[in-house]
Amino acid sequence: MAGIVSYGGYVPILRMERKIIASAWGRGATAGERSIANSDEDSITMAVEGAINCLNKMDRKEIDGLYFASTTSSYAEKMNAALIAAAVDLERNVLTMDFTNSLRSSTAALRAALDAIAGKSAKKVVVTAADTRTAYPKSDQEQLFGDGAGAVLVGDDDVVADYEGGFAVSNDMMDVWRNPEDQFIKQWEGRFVLGEGYTRNMKEAVSGLMKKYNVQPGTVSKVILPAPDDRTLKGLAKSLGFTDAQIQDSLLGNVGHCGAAHPLMMLSQALEEAVPGDLLILAAYGDGADALLFKTTDKVGENRSRRTMKSLVENKMMFTSYARFLSYKNIVEALPGEPFRLLPSATATWRENKTSTRLYASKCRACGTAAYPIQRICYNCRSKDNYEELRLSDRTGTVYTFTRDNLAGRSDDPVLIQTVAEFEGNIRFYGLMTDFVAEETAVGMKVEPTFRRLYEGAGFHNYFWKLRPIK
Amino acid sequence: MARSIKDEVAIIGMGCTRFGERWDMGLEDLAIESVYEAYEDAGVGPDDIQGCWLATASAPLIGVGGTIAANALKFNNIPIIRNENWCASGHIALLEACMAVASGVYDIVLALGVEKLKDTGYPGLGTGRGMSPVLEARRTSPGSFGMIATRYFEQQGLSIEEGKALIGKIAVKNHDNGALAPRAHFHNKITLEQAVKAPIIAWPLGLFDCCGNSDGSACAIITTRELAKKFRPDPIYLKGFGIAMDAMLPHTRPNFDWIKFNSLMTSSKKAYDMAGIRNPREELSVAEVHDCFTITELAIYENFGFSRWGNAREDIDSGFFTRDGGLPVNIDGGLKCFGHPVGASGLRMTYEIYKQLQQKVDNPQRQVKNPRLGLSHTFGGPPQLSAVAVFGNEVG
Repeated sequence: MAGIVSYGGYVPILRMERKIIASAWGRGATAGERSIANSDEDSITMAVEGAINCLNKMDRKEIDGLYFASTTSSYAEKMNAALIAAAVDLERNVLTMDFTNSLRSSTAALRAALDAIAGKSAKKVVVTAADTRTAYPKSDQEQLFGDGAGAVLVGDDDVVADYEGGFAVSNDMMDVWRNPEDQFIKQWEGRFVLGEGYTRNMKEAVSGLMKKYNVQPGTVSKVILPAPDDRTLKGLAKSLGFTDAQIQDSLLGNVGHCGAAHPLMMLSQALEEAVPGDLLILAAYGDGADALLFKTTDKVGENRSRRTMKSLVENKMMFTSYARFLSYKNIVEALPGEPFRLLPSATATWRENKTSTRLYASKCRACGTAAYPIQRICYNCRSKDNYEELRLSDRTGTVYTFTRDNLAGRSDDPVLIQTVAEFEGNIRFYGLMTDFVAEETAVGMKVEPTFRRLYEGAGFHNYFWKLRPIK
Repeated sequence: MARSIKDEVAIIGMGCTRFGERWDMGLEDLAIESVYEAYEDAGVGPDDIQGCWLATASAPLIGVGGTIAANALKFNNIPIIRNENWCASGHIALLEACMAVASGVYDIVLALGVEKLKDTGYPGLGTGRGMSPVLEARRTSPGSFGMIATRYFEQQGLSIEEGKALIGKIAVKNHDNGALAPRAHFHNKITLEQAVKAPIIAWPLGLFDCCGNSDGSACAIITTRELAKKFRPDPIYLKGFGIAMDAMLPHTRPNFDWIKFNSLMTSSKKAYDMAGIRNPREELSVAEVHDCFTITELAIYENFGFSRWGNAREDIDSGFFTRDGGLPVNIDGGLKCFGHPVGASGLRMTYEIYKQLQQKVDNPQRQVKNPRLGLSHTFGGPPQLSAVAVFGNEVG
């Protein structure tokens, strides 16, 4: 039976109190904090984080497919999932797909993956969703939105939750939308959006699901309902016959609404908290609604992800500058820094996929000396083309030396920490640190690789791995 | 090396521009300024030059070939061989020119270094110093050398205050020397407090730990030992040299300790061996070494055998490398005060050694007494490449 094998999420470390945004505009604040993608993060990098968190050290050869879902894909034309699959180090013969343009794209991807498993066309498919949506400055959504990713691995063996079935409603309406040329999300009058749009369609999908599978509200452990706000969420749950205790935490208070990623982030958190035999309903809205029914197995207590959603939500660094927020979101252009002298090359990026995107080092078969990037001639014994390849993305390292460079960064993010780390296996890696507290950097500090966007050049995004302190 | 060329070639003339922000001078103007000084010094003219070895690294960024030297200097249809080898470009032009003369193919050649950093629009050498747009996307020179300082302080057990004070003393010394060098970019003396409290560039390196960015040119006219005395009574002989490049960047080299640099140790040893130097600390009269950052000069003391491993601190504190010390280092103010127009620096440093060995330094206050042997050196890349040359004022 098709179901969920593993799950994981990702929340950027940066959070901003909503009252900082509110006070910049002299308007009322929503309570709590929102997450903010760092200046080197986008939907692709967060989707990689989510997928790696979900897969952890699982053998990549077992994965048949990767589906990516987002309304803010880093590329409008190009298979984003192919780049994510490479960074996650999946095999070449996997099916990749991008599901885009809707907040329901993640549940659509999840259903497609579950159907592929049920139809025996795949054994294991990872679904990873990420979003970093931009709201109008001063709007309610500017405070309410967050950035993040969620991922699940589906399969038919060793599952933590069985997929019981789904129900979908399609409903064309102009309530929330964004035209191709728009930077900001548009929406119609709030009462129309929440009443006729969100609440009516979600109710129809969830009640349709419960009727189809003969589920009584009282037997459901948690109902997972990504919602535009907590008041609307409670109203919807109540109208479906659920009590407050059955409502899965919305993540709106301390993370914010993370668009297409939100259903999978909430699902991951719900699975973390679930016990065997729990009945879970997941629903997502966007021009209609999807509802899915899961029942947890006795394996649900196994912690298969690298990090829990709980720890990701708790691990934070406070971001206090609204001006920098506007710059990170590409709403205002800050003073340009020095131009990059090394423009990326499409051919070189393609050729160096193994080293740069999949993050492989080499280890000499003759003398055991390991080095990054891959060395055809061994540095120590000069054996030629006689090495095995080692993936560094799931290894950790310690800082061997570093410098806090004040002249190399962007003007809105000026301090760069150039770092040489020693990885397990005696492998030196040189890279930039990210998500750091500058004053806390020290020799001997533990770090791990994280896939990030370096800069734009030659008309495409230049992605590479950075080092992140392990908390 | 297969053959020593000790004393086989000699420098018979040198030129060196004023270094600094030469806004009104282009690459060609700078080359003309240094080369015509060297012509006059050697008593030769453009028709005497049989080959030119040109060092220029960064500007203009591509496609220069030997054009700058040809267009500016109107040689008589001779080969012009340009090299770019990081910060060691000037030394490599000089040493290739020396080898060309030693080979017997040419009698009189020119080694010319020229660089115009102040045309780039940016105050530093820039970010992305390297080969790969991902691996070295934001590598900078201060950042790479800052990592040497972090490691040295860690290895020596120095607190940040102790470490900063230690390298700060090198900045104070070099500024003290630069104040006496008319051609230097900076002539200001500084205090240790100024050095230590200066704004951070790449922690732990502050402003005064970093050399300036300047325009400049320097050159040398080289001939055989046999011909040298026909041009002047006091030619300066090449005693020995060494060039070495590490096989990987320090950043990724397995087990590298960031203290002992193979390129520094190998290049200096080869130069000492050819020159017949057993104890450089005792036998060298004066040395110009690559102080792109104060920590670099400190690392060189130990890698070149000027100080024992871990003993640079004692020598710095005792003033061993000051003008009146046992081995004056960077007696003209070094890259710290001249700035570092990359292709020109190796020849500018050699110019100081040449004048010191002739006892013709432009300001007698920084003339060493009874000099015999002098060393000049540049250290290039992230760093990865070292070039050392030893000169003497007598054959034998």
